Amino acid sequence: MRLGNTIKFAVTLILLAVSIYLIHPLDKTIKLGLDLQGGTHVVLKLKETAETPINQEAMNRVIEVIERRVNELGVTEPIVQSQGKDQVIVELPGVKDSKQALDTIGKTALLEFKEVNPDGSLGDTVLTGASLKKAQVGYDQYQQPIISIEFDSKGAKEFGKITEKSVGKPLAIVLDNKVLSAPIVQEPITGGKAQITGNRSVEEAQKIALLLRAGALPVPVDIAEIRTVGPTLGADSIAKSVNAGIVGTILVVIFMLLVYRLPGLVANFTLIFYILLVLASMVLLKATLTLPGLAGLILSIGMAVDTNILIFERFKEETRAGKSLRPALDAGFERAFATVIDSHTTTFITALILFWLGTGTIKGFAVTLMLGIVINLFTAITVTKNILDLIVGVDAIRKIKVLWAVRREEKC
Amino acid sequence: MLDIVGKRNLWFTLSGITILVGLISLFTFGLNLGIDFTGGTIYELKFSQPVAVDQVRQSLAEMDIENPVIQKTGDDIIFIRTKIMDKDEQQQLIDQLSQKLSKAEVLRIEMVGPVIGEQLTRQALLALAVASLGIILYVSFRFEFKFAIAAILAVLHDALIVLGIFSILQREIDASFVAAILTIVGYSLTDTIVIFDRIRENIRLGKKESFTDLVNRSIYQSLTRSIYTPLTVLFTLVALYFFGGSTINNFALAMIIGVVSGTYSSIFNASPVVVAWKELEARKA
Repeated sequence: MRLGNTIKFAVTLILLAVSIYLIHPLDKTIKLGLDLQGGTHVVLKLKETAETPINQEAMNRVIEVIERRVNELGVTEPIVQSQGKDQVIVELPGVKDSKQALDTIGKTALLEFKEVNPDGSLGDTVLTGASLKKAQVGYDQYQQPIISIEFDSKGAKEFGKITEKSVGKPLAIVLDNKVLSAPIVQEPITGGKAQITGNRSVEEAQKIALLLRAGALPVPVDIAEIRTVGPTLGADSIAKSVNAGIVGTILVVIFMLLVYRLPGLVANFTLIFYILLVLASMVLLKATLTLPGLAGLILSIGMAVDTNILIFERFKEETRAGKSLRPALDAGFERAFATVIDSHTTTFITALILFWLGTGTIKGFAVTLMLGIVINLFTAITVTKNILDLIVGVDAIRKIKVLWAVRREEKC
Repeated sequence: MLDIVGKRNLWFTLSGITILVGLISLFTFGLNLGIDFTGGTIYELKFSQPVAVDQVRQSLAEMDIENPVIQKTGDDIIFIRTKIMDKDEQQQLIDQLSQKLSKAEVLRIEMVGPVIGEQLTRQALLALAVASLGIILYVSFRFEFKFAIAAILAVLHDALIVLGIFSILQREIDASFVAAILTIVGYSLTDTIVIFDRIRENIRLGKKESFTDLVNRSIYQSLTRSIYTPLTVLFTLVALYFFGGSTINNFALAMIIGVVSGTYSSIFNASPVVVAWKELEARKA
């Protein structure tokens, strides 16, 4: 029995060491949400059109195209993922790059070649950008930026036919219903290469080229939500939360020491262990720590000792009923167990629902809350019991009643 | 021993009055819904020099921005809330203010379209319904149906009190408030269940006494626990409220009110409801 306890304690110490190893240094190991590291969170809502319904295929295509666009912009570690049936979340860490990204994200980027009617209005679409192979920025002889495009073999053939038919006539190049240029076709173009000229800046030309390279969205999208947090506020939020966490933990630690003395000290040790384990499992699960998540973690510090309070109160009660220390301790753990499971399950149910229904940063809150509840069962019950078993085995400590916060007349 | 169950009508009245006051406020003044619900744009800007609200108001008026809400949250930090503005309009606003006042650094800009708000309201109500159902099922399974209904009543009591006080204070409500309410729903049950658990245990021990006495005894035996456990949570919440910064402030306040109300309702409402129900049944039989 005693040996078993020693082994258990050794396992605890190893776990503690592993946790510290995993989370050190914390600012490098834990993944921070955009609200803490700064960045832009965008929610796009897909809009159904007469031709294209919103289904998995359209969704996949939207995600693919947007991923290509943000990647081409060189945004570090972007996240593009679907949310529900018709929404796409785009997360862009860092503010500098995201400004540019926001300009391109919501664009449909549908490139069309249209005939021009004699009255100057646009006629039928004769070709789209779907068969485009390349698009890049170059310069014409006047050093004006132009966009060179190149079709794949199928597109090249069609483009050849079209240009053959419209020699001497203008052909409009239209992007998202905006005419980029409408040059007059001089001769049939069979090589599949063309240039989009027009008076625009290099940045503008680069943006268009990028959009053309990344491809068009199958359906138009609306920007439903943009949240930008600057790096200053993110850092400030972390500093303030850490402060609050330290103050809160100190209050809890003092309370536990004053009320429960030695068992309280053990509970405080397991509380610190609890915090380290939650952080370590977040690192392992690659979970993102958001501001609500951080608040959830701090909140859970207060909730974590609940388990110990339940156990220790029960323990005190048992000593009052005349039990001596060791059996009272066993009874305390045993009897409080059902209570702890029942009371934690309800919080877990609500956290689970939050995780399932919540969006964005709130999901982060639910994650820390759920992790906290599960880990708390381990630290507050298994680890606390193990250490107290070890201590209660030392006669000299067991006999000092004042350490156990039990009244003098009680047997020890 | 305290006769908590015997004075139950007093506790029920007390809760009833508090909820009623909250409901009156909810129906007259409503809730101060943030952009997460209504849609709109908020800016938190840090200027390189101290600014006054009036200066900002004047500059915004020149840009024809209707009814902005402007608050000063620091010497050089201004909070602005406007209608929905797209990215270009946002940039324009920042450029204008930077030019007219002093250089503005973006601490935070959030734009929420109308779709998101409807979605959040729907999700919040759905979450509350599913959570209530889950809790009724779990408590019915572990205890009995009457206990489950009493627990849900206690929890809804807490949710209503938080909503009522937020309406009276006209504190802003955002997505994290929804998280707070649901957490309160889960957490306030903890205390209730600790007492239920004791009632269950005492029933099993089978001492000869009336159900009212048994419940009274159970509440009394759990009293220290019922007070200490929320107390430690309040420690961390109060720390969050005072030190956690403005974004987390409302969340912490909602949780503080919820935890206090939850402690009250688990001691004074939940178990007494079970007793009242059982007595009503006995009288009918």
